[in-house]
Amino acid sequence: MMAAPAVPKSWYLPSKPHKFCPGCGHGIVLKALGEVIDELDIQNDTIFGCDIGCSLLSWDFFNCDSTQTHHGRTTPVMVGIKRARPELVCIGYMGDGGGYSIGSQHLLNSAVRNEKITLILVNNTNYGMTGGQMAPTTLPGQKTETSPFGRDPQLTGYPTMGPEFLAELTSEGAFIARATVSKYRQLKKHLKNAIINQMEGNGFSFVEVLSTCPTNWKTNAQQTWAFLEDQMEKQFPVGEFKSPWGKGVK
Amino acid sequence: MGKIIGEPKKAFITGNEAVAWACLVSGAEIMFGYPITPQNEVMHYWTRLAPKYDRRFLQTEDELSAGFTTCGAVQSGVKAFTATAGPGNVLMQEPFGMAEAMRLPLVAMIQQRGGPSSGTVIYSQQEVTLTTFGGNGEGHRIVYSTSGHQEIYDYLIKAFNVAWKYRFPVFVLGDGYQAKMREPLEMYDPEDHGIELVKPYPLIGLGGKIGEEREPSHLCNIYSMEEELYDVVMKMAAEYEAITPQLMEWEEEFCEDADILIVSHGVVARAAYDAVKALRSQGIKAAYFRPISLRPFPAQQLRDAIAKSGAKKMLVAESAYGQFERLLKQEIYGETIKIEHLFMPGVGIIDYDVIEKVKSIL
Ligand SMILES: Cc1ncc(C[n+]2csc(CCOP(=O)(O)OP(=O)(O)O)c2C)c(N)n1
Ligand code: SF4
Ligand SMILES: [Mg+2]
Repeated sequence: MMAAPAVPKSWYLPSKPHKFCPGCGHGIVLKALGEVIDELDIQNDTIFGCDIGCSLLSWDFFNCDSTQTHHGRTTPVMVGIKRARPELVCIGYMGDGGGYSIGSQHLLNSAVRNEKITLILVNNTNYGMTGGQMAPTTLPGQKTETSPFGRDPQLTGYPTMGPEFLAELTSEGAFIARATVSKYRQLKKHLKNAIINQMEGNGFSFVEVLSTCPTNWKTNAQQTWAFLEDQMEKQFPVGEFKSPWGKGVK
Repeated sequence: MGKIIGEPKKAFITGNEAVAWACLVSGAEIMFGYPITPQNEVMHYWTRLAPKYDRRFLQTEDELSAGFTTCGAVQSGVKAFTATAGPGNVLMQEPFGMAEAMRLPLVAMIQQRGGPSSGTVIYSQQEVTLTTFGGNGEGHRIVYSTSGHQEIYDYLIKAFNVAWKYRFPVFVLGDGYQAKMREPLEMYDPEDHGIELVKPYPLIGLGGKIGEEREPSHLCNIYSMEEELYDVVMKMAAEYEAITPQLMEWEEEFCEDADILIVSHGVVARAAYDAVKALRSQGIKAAYFRPISLRPFPAQQLRDAIAKSGAKKMLVAESAYGQFERLLKQEIYGETIKIEHLFMPGVGIIDYDVIEKVKSIL
């Protein structure tokens, strides 16, 4: 008999099974994050802050202290906690709409100030929770509820390239990466570095994670994975964009 | 906390400087702020004072951020505050709403400026509606309207205590005149006035081993079921109403016998008070009533003043176009006293204005 996969210690069991749609990438990101919290033994020191969006469904996911904020405002709430209690490990969890659109001024400025927080932004190319509208990350030509004939870059621009611009903006000490739920080991490595970086007090830490949203993409399992690997990963290159340790050291 | 002021001492300073000192002696650890006139000098004084007392400051990217960082800091158990005005107060209604919903002991100094929109950078009483009932909630907040520097100092100390005792956000409502003017006040360490500072405590980051010694603290701010939110709001309303009697603050004089009752708040009350005295000396029986807490509003006290004075007329004077009067009318619904008003939106009111108005309506 195969052993059941181990559940991270930092998961809050009464809130399982989780509330994401079948095939959603959020669960994979949170599983990796849970393992990282275990490995770094920071469950008691972590403050997990979640945005409004599907990320909200993770508010009681962990056996850690957590807070819900407003759409786009997780970043300043995490900054406030970290500034007040620097010994806490503050992890903000948000969607691409929350981070790159309504909360973009907070993202940009906390990055410039090199705030010692870790932000995880889940890029699913749409506004999941509100029913699949266009997001800053929607691909050219991609159909959403508010771009029913496909995103036209002439009208609405090209997808926001978060890690790319954050890598340009930040100063020494920042950690910036993009991961994907299709490459679990790399995802976990980036998340871990983004948290170690905060714990070492080096600077701002940010990981964008390419993730799946079959419900709003209206895709079956095969199409979902194909969209992620063939289209998203082409538009959004994964990897480390900036690291205080130099490429591949940690 | 060691003494900051030592022997109580007279000072001759601006209202914004009084804000910084009051927050310091109240034990505020950190201020989050964004520049806007007429509040700027709160930050200017705080950034100079704070390092001497191991306190901190962050200039945020905007008022949304200043409000939300303050929310985060108080969640983690640290006394924190912000200060703003006008369009900044508009932006801060979003984080103030979160403070209202999550019962966060946030303290904010509001120095009213002219509106609507960018208005003027000087003075008004046009942020009454916004500060008392801004946001998409029910106005479960506490608002003190001060009339001068001593009160700014006293009520900020009170604001931190009330916020951390009852966990409702507290606003001290001043204005550009109070912010920029210099006047004398007595500064003191709260303990020397017999005021015990309420200790802050964390809502998250509680320490201990989660899952072994305690459950995680998951702070909730959005609900899936209508009934859940209903319960939350009804509980909040009940708790707010239960503490209302302790929170009500007002001032009155000559209310035992009067023909006209003059009601005003904030710095305008100083002109109203002078006017009442001048009118009395001219044989006109005027009375003075001033709510200090606008939320909760001392409605019963005002009703009592109407009844015992026997006044047939009331004059409401404010540097706005009826924001205070609307608040007052809804609070004393059913009273039949005739209400006249002196609305001077965005400009100062002096005793002469009130006296002339009274003479024109009596
Ligand atoms: C100020 C404000 N505007 C709009 C909303 C409505 N809203 C809730 S979730 C959401 C979109 C979430 O999209 P994203 O951040 O990409 O997260 P996802 O659901 O895709 O994970 C929006 C617009 C809100 N809650 N608050
Ligand atoms: S709507 Fe999309 S992002 Fe939200 S839970 Fe469902 S699959 Fe996941
Ligand atoms: Mg999204």
